[in-house]
Amino acid sequence: MVTLDIESAEGQTEILRRMLTIRAFDTKAGELFADGELPGFVHLYIGEEAVGVGAVSALEEQDYITSTHRGHGHCISKGLDTYEMMAELYGKRDGYCNGKGGSMHIADVDAGMLGANGIVGAGPPLATGAALTAEMKDEDRVALAFFGDGAVAQGQVHEAINLAATWDLPVVFVVENNQFGEGTPVEEQHNVEHLSATAEAYDIPGFTVDGMDVTAVYEAVTEARERAATGEGPTFIEADTYRYEGHFEGDHQPYRSKEDIELWKDRDAIETFKNRLVDAGTITEEEFESMQSEIDDEIETAAETAKEADYPDPSEAYEDMFGMTVPEINDFGAQMRADGGETQ
Amino acid sequence: MSTTSQPGDDVSDTQEMTIREAIRLALREELERDEDAFIMGEDVGEFGGVLSVTGDLVEEFGEERVRDTPISEAGFMGAAVGAAATGSRPVVEIMFSDFLGVCSEQILNQMAKNRYMFGGKTEMPVTVRTTEGGGMGAASQHSGTIHTWFAHLPGVMAVTPGTPRAAKGLLKTAIRSNDPVFFFENKMIYEQAGEVPVDEDYTVPLGQASVEREGDDVTVVATQRLVGESLDLAEELDGETSVEVIDLQSLYPLDTETLVESVGKTGRLVVADESPLSYGTHAEVVARVQEQAFFSLDAPIQRVGVPDTHIPFSPALEEEVLPDADGVRAAIDRVV
Repeated sequence: MVTLDIESAEGQTEILRRMLTIRAFDTKAGELFADGELPGFVHLYIGEEAVGVGAVSALEEQDYITSTHRGHGHCISKGLDTYEMMAELYGKRDGYCNGKGGSMHIADVDAGMLGANGIVGAGPPLATGAALTAEMKDEDRVALAFFGDGAVAQGQVHEAINLAATWDLPVVFVVENNQFGEGTPVEEQHNVEHLSATAEAYDIPGFTVDGMDVTAVYEAVTEARERAATGEGPTFIEADTYRYEGHFEGDHQPYRSKEDIELWKDRDAIETFKNRLVDAGTITEEEFESMQSEIDDEIETAAETAKEADYPDPSEAYEDMFGMTVPEINDFGAQMRADGGETQ
Repeated sequence: MSTTSQPGDDVSDTQEMTIREAIRLALREELERDEDAFIMGEDVGEFGGVLSVTGDLVEEFGEERVRDTPISEAGFMGAAVGAAATGSRPVVEIMFSDFLGVCSEQILNQMAKNRYMFGGKTEMPVTVRTTEGGGMGAASQHSGTIHTWFAHLPGVMAVTPGTPRAAKGLLKTAIRSNDPVFFFENKMIYEQAGEVPVDEDYTVPLGQASVEREGDDVTVVATQRLVGESLDLAEELDGETSVEVIDLQSLYPLDTETLVESVGKTGRLVVADESPLSYGTHAEVVARVQEQAFFSLDAPIQRVGVPDTHIPFSPALEEEVLPDADGVRAAIDRVV
């Protein structure tokens, strides 16, 4: 994996590449969903790229992350493969979960990605547990929990923060305040101006950063990781950002206006960062164009290949329930499929 | 190498101990054996557990590995799931099983589903120990028997030992397992004593029932407190009715083979379990036996359990709803 040191030209280019990859991947996923190609539903990360990439870039490779409904961006930030992700969206065997998880449940524990999650607020306790392992085994690893502004209303999130704070565990809590908890604006769900006020109750550092600025997110998480890794416990970071798409694809979005979306798009994180790199001479417009077209090709190929890939065999539905063999599962499966025959 | 044993097997080196001591011994042995294992729960450390099960383990293993938590069942159950996914082996104590409702999200949607949903990418070596049952006037929120919920939930295992030997052997298996196992302790039988193998590698496999007493006229399949009560009853009925008593031990997976074999011999079955009767553990045993041993049955199968109420506070009412040996005797009388 390329180092994501934001000080280096190489790191900056890779950060831009990952943000562009997320946008291309989710744009494609949105199109495929609209065309009726993908089963289930998808939640896109478009607009929020600076948070995932900025935060993960500040981590070390061995660190863990937990994710949300909107997990594609976190997966790509962690370096996951876009073909295997796309195959999972299609429910194909080549997918990260062999087609059992789908968009909301992509995980790759070996890469430190402990799973996207269909339950709002479920990730922070998991991250606290991963950090507990790291602490007990004396490993240099931290766990970063991404969760949305909606999750801050969940009790288990507060329990996880209290536990991590009380035990000084190496956790970084990152709220992606994308301004809406599903279809309800954040100010109608919380009574505080900044969700980072949460930190005060647990006597841990809390910051609100500009989630449209990848550098700001990177810097905040770098500091938080340092604190976590040196035994000073968790940090709570709120990143103000915006999702350009609905909560889910097909959401008719009565809760906001097109004008609001345009206002946030004026501050688009990718556009801003790209302009900064061009102005600094880190990349040229031509290099950017060629990076963009490489990424578009990668995603196009991923989608086409995933579409053609095999579905799992129906018998695979009976696999992966347990590490040990449980006869019930196969017996019941066989029983359900049997068409007549003798009983006893 | 694990050695497994049943009553009647030649397990030479045993020691008499209570269920509480057997559980503590299993915890001690597994903490010693595996440095990834640790205990987590409310008051499990210095306090020694509200039902005194963890005792002085914190003195032996320290506060890191016998870890007191805040009163945050959802938080620490979730932390156990995250810890298990990343290479630890947590043993979580939930003081009363009624409190499992407080942390059910982490059980239902994370612990039970991660391995499957992630295509087998995660291991989930969590053991959840908790107490069940009425009989001490603890009222509805501290007396429930809800093991059926967990036996019904795909992705977790559920065990309910009825003897000290089963308690030790099953808990060791649960802790060594890479799958989530719920270990349900009936709080009224902690002081029940029996012979327990002291071999550190003695385990009882998941999915195995134990024929505790052989008989010819009727099979009583029981769990937890009702195992001991049924054994005493069988002794009383000796010479009149020959009762075979089986400790189910493991609710999921379930040892259908032993049940079918027993019913093949006796032709009659009583299922005794301290959980509500509708849609429960009883129903599962009945379903399996009728699927595989219908033509061995000489009489309708009988169920003994809680008549779908909560457990009331007043001793007069509590006694009314809790199943006991009298209920088992009445059920036997109906079919023999």
